[in-house]
Amino acid sequence: MPFLRILVLRLLTTVLTLAGVAVIVFFVIRVVPGNPIAMMLPPGATEEDVARLTALYGLDKPLLTQFGIWVAGVMQGDFGTSITTRQPVLDLVLGRLPATLELSIMALVMAMILGGAAALTGTRYRGGRTEGAIDVANGMALSVPDFLWGLVLILVFGVLVPVFHISGRVTPSLELPFTTDFYLFESLVRLRLDLWADIVSHMFMPALALAIPLAAIIGQLLKQSLKETMNLDYVTLARTKGYGESRVILREALRNAALPTLTLVGVQFTFLIGGTVIIERLFSYEGLGNMAIDAVINRDLPLIQGIVILFAAIFTAVNLVVDLLYAVLNPRLRHA
Amino acid sequence: MLDGRSMVRRRAGARLWLSALWLGLLCLAALLAPWVAPKDPLAQDLFLGRLPPFWVQGAEPGYWLGTDSLGRDVLSRIVHGARVALMVALVAGTVTCLVGATLGLLAGFLRGWVDMVISRLIDIWMAFPPVLFSILLIAVLGPGLWSIIIAIVVIDWTRFARVVRAEAMAQGAMDYVASARVAGRGRIGTMLREILPNVLPTIVVLLTLEMGIAVIVEAILSFVNLSISTDDPTWGGMISEGRTSIHQAWWVLVFPLVTLFLTVLSFSQLGEGLKDRFDPVLR
Amino acid sequence: MSFLSIRNLSVRLRKGPPLLRAVSLEVAAAQVHGLVGESGAGKSMIGKAVLGILPPSVEVTGGEIWLDGVDLLRLPARVRRQKIGATCALIPQDPLTALNPSHRIGPQITDRLVDILGWTRADADARARDLLAEVQIADPDRVMRSYPHELSGGMRQRILIASAFAAEPKLIVADEPTTALDVTVQKQILKLIGGMQARHGTALLFVTHDLGVVSKVCQRLSVLYSGLVVEDTSVADFFAAPGHPYSAALLAATPKYTDPAAGLQPVPDAVIAAVRAEVAAFDAGGAHG
Repeated sequence: MPFLRILVLRLLTTVLTLAGVAVIVFFVIRVVPGNPIAMMLPPGATEEDVARLTALYGLDKPLLTQFGIWVAGVMQGDFGTSITTRQPVLDLVLGRLPATLELSIMALVMAMILGGAAALTGTRYRGGRTEGAIDVANGMALSVPDFLWGLVLILVFGVLVPVFHISGRVTPSLELPFTTDFYLFESLVRLRLDLWADIVSHMFMPALALAIPLAAIIGQLLKQSLKETMNLDYVTLARTKGYGESRVILREALRNAALPTLTLVGVQFTFLIGGTVIIERLFSYEGLGNMAIDAVINRDLPLIQGIVILFAAIFTAVNLVVDLLYAVLNPRLRHA
Repeated sequence: MLDGRSMVRRRAGARLWLSALWLGLLCLAALLAPWVAPKDPLAQDLFLGRLPPFWVQGAEPGYWLGTDSLGRDVLSRIVHGARVALMVALVAGTVTCLVGATLGLLAGFLRGWVDMVISRLIDIWMAFPPVLFSILLIAVLGPGLWSIIIAIVVIDWTRFARVVRAEAMAQGAMDYVASARVAGRGRIGTMLREILPNVLPTIVVLLTLEMGIAVIVEAILSFVNLSISTDDPTWGGMISEGRTSIHQAWWVLVFPLVTLFLTVLSFSQLGEGLKDRFDPVLR
Repeated sequence: MSFLSIRNLSVRLRKGPPLLRAVSLEVAAAQVHGLVGESGAGKSMIGKAVLGILPPSVEVTGGEIWLDGVDLLRLPARVRRQKIGATCALIPQDPLTALNPSHRIGPQITDRLVDILGWTRADADARARDLLAEVQIADPDRVMRSYPHELSGGMRQRILIASAFAAEPKLIVADEPTTALDVTVQKQILKLIGGMQARHGTALLFVTHDLGVVSKVCQRLSVLYSGLVVEDTSVADFFAAPGHPYSAALLAATPKYTDPAAGLQPVPDAVIAAVRAEVAAFDAGGAHG
């Protein structure tokens, strides 16, 4: 029962936070210099055209009224209309969301595999040169942000050893039989492995660039946690039973050591998602982040709004899921 | 594991000096740019466009790292780019530190409604995707050095605030603070004289980290063409140009990238090295 | 031929002081051998050396550990680990930290049977149930499904004892198994261990600082001071007339619950000085390990 109470409290704070985000974004972007309407119309448009369109998008009304209208719309699921493309913001945003989600999740999986491997290897061969080498690699990966890793990867795998694609989500000439925008997922479900391979080839490097800093964090934290756990009594007891070192690490220590790493990974995952903005731009990947940058450049106010709110919602959702997961996985909390 | 420990210490010492060396070099380059740079960074000469670095065939003497598509000397542009980078790093880093640490200190020590307001602000702030927020702010503030600095401060103050708040809360509960209060010192006085010195090591480490982040943010903004408004070279701008001609003139992308890479790495390792120095366990 | 024969075992902190000074002792099959001494005397270290769980900061500098006809210290690590796993077990000191909080009780008893000895899960579970009944736990099925934090300290120690006997080991090292328990529970647990040892015919290396415990459970004992064995004798002889002044002082220092007026008798300084001199003499003469 206290579980439910905590859940409700969290949802309330989440709503409050999102409301705060909405307010800030709304008023910040309306201070933006540059008239989106003027940017949209061809040169030689009349004053009347400008005035008409301005009125159409409600940009002539006082700020608070505009906010009120927007909130009312949101309650009904209407996030406004994009100024540059004349399409509903919600449709545009939901259309690009799957691409960014797939990229983020692929990056997360890669980070967990890389970081986990680093931590486990460092623990298995601790005290020697292997651990030292892993620490150095970790330190470097940690210090350098995804943007730079992306550029390095473009150089290495795009130019030097051209194995992967460095631009776009899928080769443009290919015909896509998909019904959803989850290309990666659907190509697998439909068993179109040729398409799947092409998509992975495009996604691999942006995902890796995003993954490297997170992998380093996971590697460091998990290794530290494992080292502490390995000193505990129940691990020593397991050794007397005849289990080898690797077995002991995986069977006894890992589950208990991984738990504290989980909450940090959750927070860092939100940073990773934030990183998609520039990584998508770097690799010309058609996702939410890339669209966001264009929206700002074009002063497409409703679209900017929608995208920022969506990102904020994703962040808070991830935090919520992580907290829930922790409560579920920790047997002590479950029975508390 | 005495052996592993001493290995870590030796490595910590080495990276501290290496980072300091690189950053020192950078500072010199930035300060003495007009005299150190071999060519005028803005001088275009289309006949000298896309010349390779000196060890590749076809290079022109005097243009050590080659030229870009407009014939501008890459090395000189990198040296001048250091000015912007370091300026942003120092100013933005310091101001962010001051703003964030102050708010964090107030929140952590004064508690009550001050803490509630600031904590709520932090939560809201952390829900924003940082890069997007910075691009948005630049759009609002217009391009320019000060816009970038303000944008960095506005976006990243939470990094300091959270950590300092936590430390201040922990320290505030300690006995020496109570003794100070009993001795008659006011709240602000206690905060400054008792708690601040203990929180200082953490702040210093975060400061070096923040400087590295500031350089990156500037580079990203230059990359998206939203940085400073003049033609003064920036590493991010060079990278953006280099990205487009990556197959024909790889050096235009590689050298500013390497410089940026080493700079960010140095700031970070400097912070790590300082952290190890401050850590009583390793001492 | 004793089941366990430790000969001149010397152990020290890496690049540091010695922790065990040429320790020798013999444990016959199905016999209970006590290891007594004050904290830091090295008694736990002996048990850890036998089981191959010395901390990484500690190294063996000499001696032999003969277990069932093989010198453990001369075996390759993997073979050694298997030998120990097959023939030995540990009853740890602290029941609150010796069970993995993420696993249920059942698997923690049966895992070694299934993974290493190749039993079927059904057989292993049945054995676990039998053992839990032997340590007087009612409702073994419910306990096997539980997590450690749902059970009391006393209950957990019973489980650890049951678990130790699971693979029918020939030698069990009991590392101060009652120290972390309430006084009221200690007596029960002791009786339990004694009973099971007798029934299963297991040799027991019993580490304790409590002479009272030794008198109840052990047949022989070794007294340690600072890693040096100062006395090695049968329990009967020891309590009748201890051979070494330090042992005598230890015996005298035991609180006499039946005679409160007698007060507490600390070990006299002269005795301490004498036994310290013995240790110093050993170190000086030290051609051992």
